[in-house]
Amino acid sequence: MEAILNEQREAATKKVDRQVKLQAKNIDVFYSHFKALKNINLDIYENSVTAFIGPSGCGKSTFLRLFNRMNDYVEGFSMNGSILIDDKNIYDSKLVIEDLRKEVGMVFQKPNPFPKTIFENVAYGLKIQGIKDKNFIEERVVNSLQKVALFDEVKDDLNKSALALSGGQQQRLCIARTLAVEPSVILMDEPTSALDPIATAKIEELVYQLKEQYTIVMVTHNMQQASRVSDNTAFFYMGEMIEVGKTKNIFTKPENERTENYITGRFG
Amino acid sequence: MSNRNYNRSKDKLFKYWGIACTSFGLILLAIFIGNIIIEGIGRINWDFLTNLPSRRPGKAGIYTAMLGSVWILCLTAIIAFPLGVASAIYLEEYGNKSRLNNLLEINISNLAGVPSIIYGLLGLEVFVRIFGLGGSVLAGAMTLSLLILPIIIVATREAIKAVPKSIKEASFAMGATKWQTIWNQILPASFGGILTGVILALSRAVGEAAPLIVVGALAYVPFAPSSPMDEFTVMPIQIFNWVSRPQHGFSINASAAIIVLLTITFLMNGIAVYFRNKWQKKVKW
Repeated sequence: MEAILNEQREAATKKVDRQVKLQAKNIDVFYSHFKALKNINLDIYENSVTAFIGPSGCGKSTFLRLFNRMNDYVEGFSMNGSILIDDKNIYDSKLVIEDLRKEVGMVFQKPNPFPKTIFENVAYGLKIQGIKDKNFIEERVVNSLQKVALFDEVKDDLNKSALALSGGQQQRLCIARTLAVEPSVILMDEPTSALDPIATAKIEELVYQLKEQYTIVMVTHNMQQASRVSDNTAFFYMGEMIEVGKTKNIFTKPENERTENYITGRFG
Repeated sequence: MSNRNYNRSKDKLFKYWGIACTSFGLILLAIFIGNIIIEGIGRINWDFLTNLPSRRPGKAGIYTAMLGSVWILCLTAIIAFPLGVASAIYLEEYGNKSRLNNLLEINISNLAGVPSIIYGLLGLEVFVRIFGLGGSVLAGAMTLSLLILPIIIVATREAIKAVPKSIKEASFAMGATKWQTIWNQILPASFGGILTGVILALSRAVGEAAPLIVVGALAYVPFAPSSPMDEFTVMPIQIFNWVSRPQHGFSINASAAIIVLLTITFLMNGIAVYFRNKWQKKVKW
């Protein structure tokens, strides 16, 4: 089993001609006078999983939230540099932020379903786009729930409150909700930190499948998780990106001493 | 050992002191209400509720005052609810931390503490004289709306603040605009709290007499109002008027009217609690 997985992973990382999907160029981020990110440059490839690792407060979540402009609501936030998605700068003043977020979905640390029914949760993104075609919405909801392997568990309870689901189910529902608007990029901010090991395994399996269709960027505190699911890993420390590369390389022969210390658990 | 005993007895002492303080207010209130009920309960009958005011205490009723209160209550709700909720949404969701907004916030908190008679004077000048509404139900309702706006705004802001940030973030991350997030997520989730605040504010409005006297509500109105432009009186004014008369019969009338007014207030508070519990059950995080 291990060998097959390794082989798959190798095959995946061998596709060299992969397109760059996301690009961060000379990123500096400030919260008022505090410099949270220092000159970060990173390319993220299409249909891959990129993991951001690093100790708490290192700026990895801040960096992740640049890609769907969630930092815009933080008081005192300002930045230099540019973030490109398919070569378009998402911090362009002409960009409609709602359109960006249909393209770049996000899954949060704590499962945060809306206090509505399961169906309404998944249909929310379509509803706010003004889609009224009931058959279309129903099809998309069922389809999205199937993609996260939740449909069989909830198919009789679609009109029950999403808050009655278990934590793991709620998180898969949140992923389904994101998939329903058909983004091309999915950002995940420690998606399993509030879940038990079994629910975590299910999410990881899902991430592995989803990268066939989506570009996934994931913040994680769990080293094993990063090494299990990601193709590329970036290590952040004190607002700097210390090292980035193929996950296999980062975890077996890191170039920087601080990376090695962190992944072997000597600090952080 | 003795130190421990000392601390324990101090603990007990404070507990009993607390019980004494709590019961002090409650006992006084109970005596007051008990007195009123003993005096007035016998006077409450259908005639009392449906009779017009009269010079003879035995024939006087609270029909005009009660209808006046209902009119005032409905109009005040219609005016104050949208204004207050919209202001709160603006301050909580749209307003940034500019100096103007800070000033607005401080002023709104201060306004909640302004004596109601001052609102009455404002209503008299602006609504009665400048707007030319006269001593009408509408002028009274607008004055009371001003009075309870700060309460509604503060309560609504608290209710909106209680909605978890994660829900808001999730909605934004789905590509929702601010208004879509407010309408689809924040308002449904905070509606129980908003409703409670509005009803409590209205139950304060229904007990106000001073600002309405200034605006021109009369103690003696022989007809119940039938349009917003009619003259009116309300129950607290009627009570005040009866209490100040020398005949004992009127003092009984006043007690009876107080019972009716208290019943209305308790009912409204009860409704507020009911809605709050109902919505809290529905929205659990």
